[in-house]
Amino acid sequence: MSAIKLSVSALALGAIAATSAAARDQVQVAGSSTVLPYASIVAEAFGENFDFPTPVVESGGSSAGLKRFCEGVGENTIDVANASRKIREKEIKACAEAGVTDIIEVRIGYDGIVFASDIDGNTFEFTPSDWFNALSPKVLVDGAMVDNPNKTWADVNADFPAQALAAYIPGTKHGTREVFEEKVLAVGCEATGALEAMVAGGMSEDDAEDACIAVRTDGVSNDIDGDYTETLARIESNKDGIGVFGLAFYENNTDKLQVATMSGVVPTTESISTGEYPVSRPLYFYVKKAHIGVIPGLKEYAEFFISDEVAGPDGPLSAYGLVADPALADTQSAISAEETMASGS
Amino acid sequence: MTDISSNTPGQGARVASSLLTEDKRTKKRNAAEKRFKAYGIAAIAVGLFFLAALLFAIISNGTRAFTQTFVTLDIELLEEKLDKNGNRDIEEIKKVSTFGYSPLLDAAVTKMVTDSGVETPITKAKDLKQLLSSGAAGDLRAFVVANPDRIGDTVEFRIAASSRVDGYLKGRVTRESLARDKNLSPEHLDIVDALKEQGVVKKSFNWDFILGADASDSRPEQAGMGVAMLGSFFMMLVVLALSLPIGVATSIYLEEFAPQNWFTDLIEVNISNLAAVPSIVFGILGLAVFIQFAHLPQSAPLVGGLVLTLMTLPTIIISTRASLKSVPPSIRDAALGVGASKMQAVFHHVLPLAMPGILTGTIIGLAQALGETAPLLLIGMVGFIASNYPEGVMDGFVSPNSAMPAQIYEWAKRADPAFYERAWGGIIILLVFLITMNIIAIFLRRRFERRW
Repeated sequence: MSAIKLSVSALALGAIAATSAAARDQVQVAGSSTVLPYASIVAEAFGENFDFPTPVVESGGSSAGLKRFCEGVGENTIDVANASRKIREKEIKACAEAGVTDIIEVRIGYDGIVFASDIDGNTFEFTPSDWFNALSPKVLVDGAMVDNPNKTWADVNADFPAQALAAYIPGTKHGTREVFEEKVLAVGCEATGALEAMVAGGMSEDDAEDACIAVRTDGVSNDIDGDYTETLARIESNKDGIGVFGLAFYENNTDKLQVATMSGVVPTTESISTGEYPVSRPLYFYVKKAHIGVIPGLKEYAEFFISDEVAGPDGPLSAYGLVADPALADTQSAISAEETMASGS
Repeated sequence: MTDISSNTPGQGARVASSLLTEDKRTKKRNAAEKRFKAYGIAAIAVGLFFLAALLFAIISNGTRAFTQTFVTLDIELLEEKLDKNGNRDIEEIKKVSTFGYSPLLDAAVTKMVTDSGVETPITKAKDLKQLLSSGAAGDLRAFVVANPDRIGDTVEFRIAASSRVDGYLKGRVTRESLARDKNLSPEHLDIVDALKEQGVVKKSFNWDFILGADASDSRPEQAGMGVAMLGSFFMMLVVLALSLPIGVATSIYLEEFAPQNWFTDLIEVNISNLAAVPSIVFGILGLAVFIQFAHLPQSAPLVGGLVLTLMTLPTIIISTRASLKSVPPSIRDAALGVGASKMQAVFHHVLPLAMPGILTGTIIGLAQALGETAPLLLIGMVGFIASNYPEGVMDGFVSPNSAMPAQIYEWAKRADPAFYERAWGGIIILLVFLITMNIIAIFLRRRFERRW
């Protein structure tokens, strides 16, 4: 008994001692849960095709990933941050303060954001204005801004069925939320004339734009801080609910969800790559240049990620739901040259 | 006493209050007792009902994960694709990526469908290949790299069917549900039906689910629990190696040697309170102390084990102290009386008698730690992590890995419904471990515990 105990404790102590000496031989990735499936597909194929170990991919959201990315340079910080939005000025500054100065930005493709509801429910053909009128705390009625009176979709748009309003939208820590605000709510705000009315009512332009992307807090709009699986579960329990999903998630669950059109366009990889479907956003990952050459396989991973075989229109990422980037060749040459983001920005 | 006095109010009542005929008050008391028994039975019944419902849900959802549909097909390992120069140089063979293997698969799957004699509107090999797991090319390449001398031969492979085909054979996917699915069409299912009759497509026990590594979102059919299980194993080694000696030493000192004063009282209160601290608190502590301050590697079972040690310590200390307390003082007195030192009395007599209790407490503490997910979220053990088998004992402690409950949580989040099925299957594996540990604990207690 005591011999076993002794050897086990010795082993554990030895392991603690060894960690400071042994170099990390694995690429570590963290960030957006939207990019996670793509990154895991690439990581797996990378492990299969190269002699490097399979990279480790964690999720947690774009902001959380970039925060960890900006913690500093060194083996116990991550090498790559996945993001479903562009890195912010503030984050670049935080990075620079921690010594992460040379960052390589890689755009991997585009992701569509779709509006889907229960498969047996009503079908919808949305425009951004509908969503603004459904979710904004104040809407324009007869030329004046009033508290949102809409209770059903029929109130929002006479063409819609009288289905109770219930929306499940991504929480604020998700990159998807920003796209929803920018490409749907803000567009709807302008289209309905609410923005103009607010500016005319004495609001500054910035305040009015902020007011445009606010959502009502009376229970109609629900923030989902978890993953799309949670949104799906909420829709299954409330059949009137309409949720915001990534295209890839919807395509994996077509037996439970039906998708709504936006401005008359059905979301597909084709309609998104041509730009016809309006609600899409680019996906990125960010690489620490200082780690290239230190962490084995890092540059190879980045190059492999955006190679034509992987991220091209016939690659596995596209098969999963990523919309291939037409300008992939430029990104490829930028990576092989290790071009960093414009410094001093 | 009250019974007697209430039954003897006067001479007349004495006749009525015999033991055989119940008076009104006795009836009332008996009725109350019956009611209480009924409540108790109802409570147990409700509890049993929930347990049964839970077990039914777990078993009915989870057992499907233990079988997997496989396709047997002959693949010709063409020399001109895999080794253009024909010199069998392993470095050159390795240069052919998995994408270079898809033409071989295309040819094999087309041949398989033609041989089966099914009439199908699907003609493109790329569409036919959707019957197979997208990990097929990877399996093929691994085989060729390991056996370069087989290049040029036609080799029979057993390849996992794609998750939709697998779901069809398990009744999870129907023709109707495929109508709008771009991964598979109802026409594919006609092929599957024919191949199933010919024995090419078969469902069999899925060892890969128990022993394999995690797989990415595009190939749920290949995902397995094995690597996460190893992660849990290494974490438990750390927890055992640290929490048992520390916990037992603490308890022995506090119970047998420490003076009774306000300071030891304070420590005692704190240990009891620590047992009730939510585990996520230990997670964030671990992140701050072990990773950000001590610079231990992220996602490592070593760090997970250290965090879980903090969580398990109070459980072990409390149960160890309880079992030390239950050793009668006469044992100590007798030992001291024949001239043993205090330490001899404790280590030669008290500790061996308390051992079954200590071990039971330790095993239950370990079982609790094994099922813990929350602190692992914060130290980076959730995600696409359990993809490499550790290369050795040392690597097992420090290289990134997941743990069983974290892997289940991760699967439950993913888009493909096949992962959801695997999450339930993972719960069955986890429960088997927990039940085994509890049975060992019960066995130790029954076998070795002494009663006074």
